[in-house]
Amino acid sequence: MATATFRIWRGDSGGGEFRDYSLEISPGMVVLDAVHEIQAKQAQDLAVRWNCKVGKCGSCSAEINGMPKLMCMTRLNQLPLDAPITVQPMRTFPLVKDLVTDVSWNYEVKKKIKPFKPRKPDFPDGTWRMVQEDVDRIQEFHKCIECFLCQNVCHVLRDHRLHQQFVGPRFFVYVASLDMHPMDIEDRVEELKNAEGIGFCNITKCCTKVCPEEIRITDNAIIPLKERVVDRYFDFLRIGFSRLLGRKDRRALRNR
Amino acid sequence: MPEYQVHEHDVLVIGAGGAGLRAAIAASAAGVSVGIVTKSLLGKAHTVMAEGGIAAALANVDERDNWKVHFADTMRGGQYLNEPRMAQIHAQEAPDCVRELEAWGAVFDRTAQGKILQRNFGGHKYPRLAHVGDRTGLEMIRTLQDYGIHQGIDVHMECVVITLLKDGDRVVGAFGYDRERGRFQLYHARAVVLATGGIGRAYKITSNSWEYTADGLALAYRAGAELKDMEFVQFHPTGMVWPPSVRGILVTEGVRGEGGTLKNKDGRRFMFDDIPPLYKNQTADNAEEGWRYTQGDRSARRPPELLTRDHVARAIVREVREGRGSPHGGVFLDIAWIREKMPHSAEHIKRKLPSMYHQFKQLADIDITKEPMEVGPTTHYVMGGVRVHPETQMSTVPGLFAAGECAAGLHGANRLGGNSLSDLLVFGKRAGAHAAAFAQEHQAGQVSAEEVGAAARQALEPFDRPSGESPFLIQRDLQETMQDLVGIVRREEDMHRALEVIEQLGERRRRAGVVGNREYNPGWHTALDLSNLLLISEAITRAAIERKESRGAHFRDDYPGRDDASGKSNLIIRQGPDGKMQIARKPLPELPAELKQIVEEMK
Ligand SMILES: Cc1cc2nc3c(=O)[nH]c(=O)nc-3n(C[C@H](O)[C@H](O)[C@H](O)COP(=O)(O)OP(=O)(O)OC[C@H]3O[C@@H](n4cnc5c(N)ncnc54)[C@H](O)[C@@H]3O)c2cc1C
Ligand code: SF4
Ligand code: SF4
Ligand code: FES
Repeated sequence: MATATFRIWRGDSGGGEFRDYSLEISPGMVVLDAVHEIQAKQAQDLAVRWNCKVGKCGSCSAEINGMPKLMCMTRLNQLPLDAPITVQPMRTFPLVKDLVTDVSWNYEVKKKIKPFKPRKPDFPDGTWRMVQEDVDRIQEFHKCIECFLCQNVCHVLRDHRLHQQFVGPRFFVYVASLDMHPMDIEDRVEELKNAEGIGFCNITKCCTKVCPEEIRITDNAIIPLKERVVDRYFDFLRIGFSRLLGRKDRRALRNR
Repeated sequence: MPEYQVHEHDVLVIGAGGAGLRAAIAASAAGVSVGIVTKSLLGKAHTVMAEGGIAAALANVDERDNWKVHFADTMRGGQYLNEPRMAQIHAQEAPDCVRELEAWGAVFDRTAQGKILQRNFGGHKYPRLAHVGDRTGLEMIRTLQDYGIHQGIDVHMECVVITLLKDGDRVVGAFGYDRERGRFQLYHARAVVLATGGIGRAYKITSNSWEYTADGLALAYRAGAELKDMEFVQFHPTGMVWPPSVRGILVTEGVRGEGGTLKNKDGRRFMFDDIPPLYKNQTADNAEEGWRYTQGDRSARRPPELLTRDHVARAIVREVREGRGSPHGGVFLDIAWIREKMPHSAEHIKRKLPSMYHQFKQLADIDITKEPMEVGPTTHYVMGGVRVHPETQMSTVPGLFAAGECAAGLHGANRLGGNSLSDLLVFGKRAGAHAAAFAQEHQAGQVSAEEVGAAARQALEPFDRPSGESPFLIQRDLQETMQDLVGIVRREEDMHRALEVIEQLGERRRRAGVVGNREYNPGWHTALDLSNLLLISEAITRAAIERKESRGAHFRDDYPGRDDASGKSNLIIRQGPDGKMQIARKPLPELPAELKQIVEEMK
């Protein structure tokens, strides 16, 4: 059986260092198994979050060899084992300890977003009717497991640290899920532009690339939302340019 | 005197899965202040993993369905050890609870008429499970979470309750710590709702998360409450078996609901070989009829793959034991075969079972649209739990309520798939409402400083033994013991042996040590969880020894038949005055004439 080295970040908000642990590995193992094995036998107090071990709860986000991933869905046979495998916490959030970060900011953000507001029921028995096609669109967004990997890679948060002005891709997905809900009647356009800061997003698609649920965050959530903002606030632009440019070019221009 | 932070709430809910969130919402709606404590982050509780759906007789797909059929299915599935009043309330109230979720923003899959779609599941006579692909639990927890955060509920994330506090007979709060900093927390409350989920981490092969360490059951037991039917631990027939690191991870029953078949290594559909008399009338006797059933043909009867879980799990164990299993010690579950029946089968499977497709592809390199899966039983659910009043969900301890998986009664000897998510909604709501009423009727009680001090000191003891054994290893040994000696097929002498080992593990736990400090220290957390796991493992084992018959999820190799006398009572466990575990038989409640008639009619 092969042996691999895991270079795991150990420390807390006061500082820390990478430490190497070597481990015998077995077929089918994922990074989270390795971390647990190390925890059981070599480093009892190694802090890590997990619940489901099957990519459904979004607890075990980390950066593996520099890539933001779920530890439970990253198999060792997808990684080169001749060099140490580095495992470190998400960088965008304050560190609690080892692989655990403080993601509470995300929970605060969500509270501020205007909640779901349904139209009156379609029938006297208090029920609604919706067709599957309309539902499909937001079911994609409902797949979000709140792993916050997209938040972790978005440069608006990661590099520019605009946490106060920008809610991040996860919450654009959330707003889109509310806004495109066939029953919802709330208006969230003003907040999108101002409090939620959608204008800061310049469609680099880094968030889409890391989403373990393969939600097309930028194409299906952010761009349509941006269009709503533009339609309401920059209508003159649309009118002005629409004679000169095709639709696609207009979009590129707006997002520059 | 150890320091702690104090929080005041009228109602304290312990657990933020479906049951806890629903309880907190109900209590808050009744106008009292509510706090909710969870070991994980909000939205990560076990409920997030549920796949197949929520059972509710909405009759959207088959108008023959109604609460009476659901009630009768639940009672039959539970082999009549269910609390009948709970089964009745559950069947009657589940549809409204599902509709309520929709009103809060959940989007279920739709029928052609735009109603909530329902799917087939084991033991349910008609398609009854409202679902969202195979990620219904995520939809449910997210809806409750997002609705709940606007109801003024205080959420204490990543906090763990280690003991309940009492004033005389009555529960008046709880004491615990936050994982992040390891600081002690005191929650002062007029009523407490336990919604802590199950016990699956007592076993080695399990679909359950790290949180399932039986905390609520142990907390209730130590506070003087009664536990009921602890011998009934459900082994789901289909968990992954290969590769080893994914062993136990659940493969939803939805696969069989959509037409998946079980085969042994010779390619034989062994489920046709042994159909229990209780279900003979309702089960297809040929493959063609079974297929038609899964595709919505209402004149067809269900395929034997959709018999109750206890039965399917045992049939799989039999195939494996008799040498007809798959290469890695399971059997084959095949959904790929439906390409013989439909043109775009791969797309169909991906749409109906997206997370299963993903799970096998990613974790086992298997494309389920092309190849069969290898599956075997996995520890999944506990039917037993805290004994509660069927209407109010209050335990035998005043002010202490329980709902969801940690409460007993609804499911009897075996739970039908989908009946848990509806259980969470129906009884979570009731527990929250009745806890709020209790809080309104009672003054806040007194908390004893000595009691709190003692609990804190005890919790810190493992730090005094930095060179003691790792609690993780003790937990592993417990898991092996329960798996081997108190598993799917049980024997008297094995279980006596298990009791001895549990006692030895208790000794080892008292000598276990932890390193590091109190901040986010999983070793310490595991050391504390262990005492709950050991206590409840003992309860499971004692109850399993006591029930000398085979019924539902409890199968005794040495008593393979059913015993009508034993079948007329539940087993109750409580702590005796000497501190030892006591076990007693409690005769089943008389079935009211009206319910008796329903059961007869639906036979
Ligand atoms: C993979 C899988 C698939 C399933 N599919 C289905 C399905 O399709 N249909 C169905 O009906 N059922 C299904 N089930 C079963 C169902 O999901 C569970 O029974 C149900 O979710 C339990 O909900 P709960 O609210 O009781 O507990 P949970 O959702 O587990 O919540 C327990 C909560 O209690 C907290 N907690 C525990 N101990 C403490 C403590 N000491 N202090 C503080 N907080 C604590 C936890 O942190 C958590 O928040 C499935 C289960 C699994 C594992
Ligand atoms: S596309 Fe927008 S939200 Fe996504 S990473 Fe880029 S800037 Fe951030
Ligand atoms: S959108 Fe995707 S990456 Fe972002 S939190 Fe949700 S699941 Fe994670
Ligand atoms: S443990 Fe749940 S996503 Fe990894």
